[in-house]
Amino acid sequence: MTTMLTHTDLKENMPSGLQSQAKAVETDPIASLEPTPEALRYADVLEIGMRLGLLCLFMTFPFYIFGMMEPRIPVDQTFHCWTLSAAEYNREVGIDPGVGWLAMITYSDFLNFIGITILASVTALCCLAVIPLMLKRHDMLYAVLALLQVLVLVLAASGVCAVGH
Amino acid sequence: MQVKSMRDVLLGLLLAFFLAVPAYAAGEVPAGAGAAPWWVCPLILFVVTFVIGILAVLGGVGGGVLFVPIVSGFLPIHLDFVRAAGLFVALSGALAAGPGLLRANLASLRLALPIGLIASMCAILGAMIGLALPTRVVQICLGLTILGICGVMLAARKSEFPLVPQADRLSTMLQIYGLYREESTGRVVDWKIHRTTLGACLFVVIGIMAGMFGLGAGWANVPALNLVMGVPLKISVGTSKFLLSMTDTSAAWIYLNNGCVIPLMVVPSVVGVMFGSLVGVRILKVAKPAFIRWMVIGILAFAGLRAISKGLGF
Repeated sequence: MTTMLTHTDLKENMPSGLQSQAKAVETDPIASLEPTPEALRYADVLEIGMRLGLLCLFMTFPFYIFGMMEPRIPVDQTFHCWTLSAAEYNREVGIDPGVGWLAMITYSDFLNFIGITILASVTALCCLAVIPLMLKRHDMLYAVLALLQVLVLVLAASGVCAVGH
Repeated sequence: MQVKSMRDVLLGLLLAFFLAVPAYAAGEVPAGAGAAPWWVCPLILFVVTFVIGILAVLGGVGGGVLFVPIVSGFLPIHLDFVRAAGLFVALSGALAAGPGLLRANLASLRLALPIGLIASMCAILGAMIGLALPTRVVQICLGLTILGICGVMLAARKSEFPLVPQADRLSTMLQIYGLYREESTGRVVDWKIHRTTLGACLFVVIGIMAGMFGLGAGWANVPALNLVMGVPLKISVGTSKFLLSMTDTSAAWIYLNNGCVIPLMVVPSVVGVMFGSLVGVRILKVAKPAFIRWMVIGILAFAGLRAISKGLGF
């Protein structure tokens, strides 16, 4: 049952038989008002990745939109073609979808993909970062779950799951 | 006085939104016809997403769930690109909120990891299905889903502290429980969950829909966590927002690798929703939640019907 306890309840009105249980709760990082070390590390990595990704996105976009660097696909062509499906659009502008954008990173439009990729990668990095802490606490089940999450994201990012209309 | 002026600003923005978007959709500002300069559409996109950002905060929904039906229904942009941008809009919001929620102990990593793994695997499948199906079919399904979301928003009754008589075996094995301090009362809430298997099954469907339509999934996450699994409302909302960063990331990669991500669309949308959310938070202090909620449900219903009519070729 979901119960609501005040600090006073917890400290003073505890039946003596539950003292050892209360002590266990005190040493259990999950049953704590403070976030677990894993959650804190996840938050730290997430914050760095999120800020870096958004910063890259906001810094590279002006290079594209104001024509400060040459784009692979001119802005007005993109505008005229975005009523097409993704498959038709890629054929029209002569782009090979998938990880092919990496080879075009020197163009201003694909430069924006640095920030986009960081935003899309940060979750995998966060999961990787918490695995050592989970292993240290012998929390094998969650270490495996975090690793599986990384593998799923790597699979999605690999381009293996390519489809088309 | 301040309340009145804020309400006027909000109504003015909504009026501009409802006048500008249908005008654009009707071809008065044609896209791709060479009549309008290229910067018109990103600018309109920014204005629309700015209003969406405000409405999302005021209506208590994610940006993605408003973004996809409105932009795909009323702007001349293909659904493939809208879904991809919708995922990045939802993802940016989730990434930005994640660190604060984890540090405040309002998002449970132990709850999010197993569920997020299921949802992200299914989101990949959903994205692949969504990209493989004909656009018209996806558009009709999107419209029906949006109308379903309206139904969920109307019918769902939230429970602040759901009754969980006993934690089930799976959640006990996964050690999914916790404590948090309810700041409004100063009380410490001790929570645990039940019906974990049923909840996990729901996240299969939620993940598929998130990937298929690029909607984000906060609208479904919160009822599933709160009403089905018995997670306290605040932890449900916090974990749901955090969970989006896992679910949407996997689907976003599928759209990215299929050439559906256009920076010209993604960046104005992300920026627009972020700025709109900042303004929305300020308006929230003086807005009437019930009125806003009804307005958001009305906009969603309208956008859902528009998606269905577009899918049917009307």
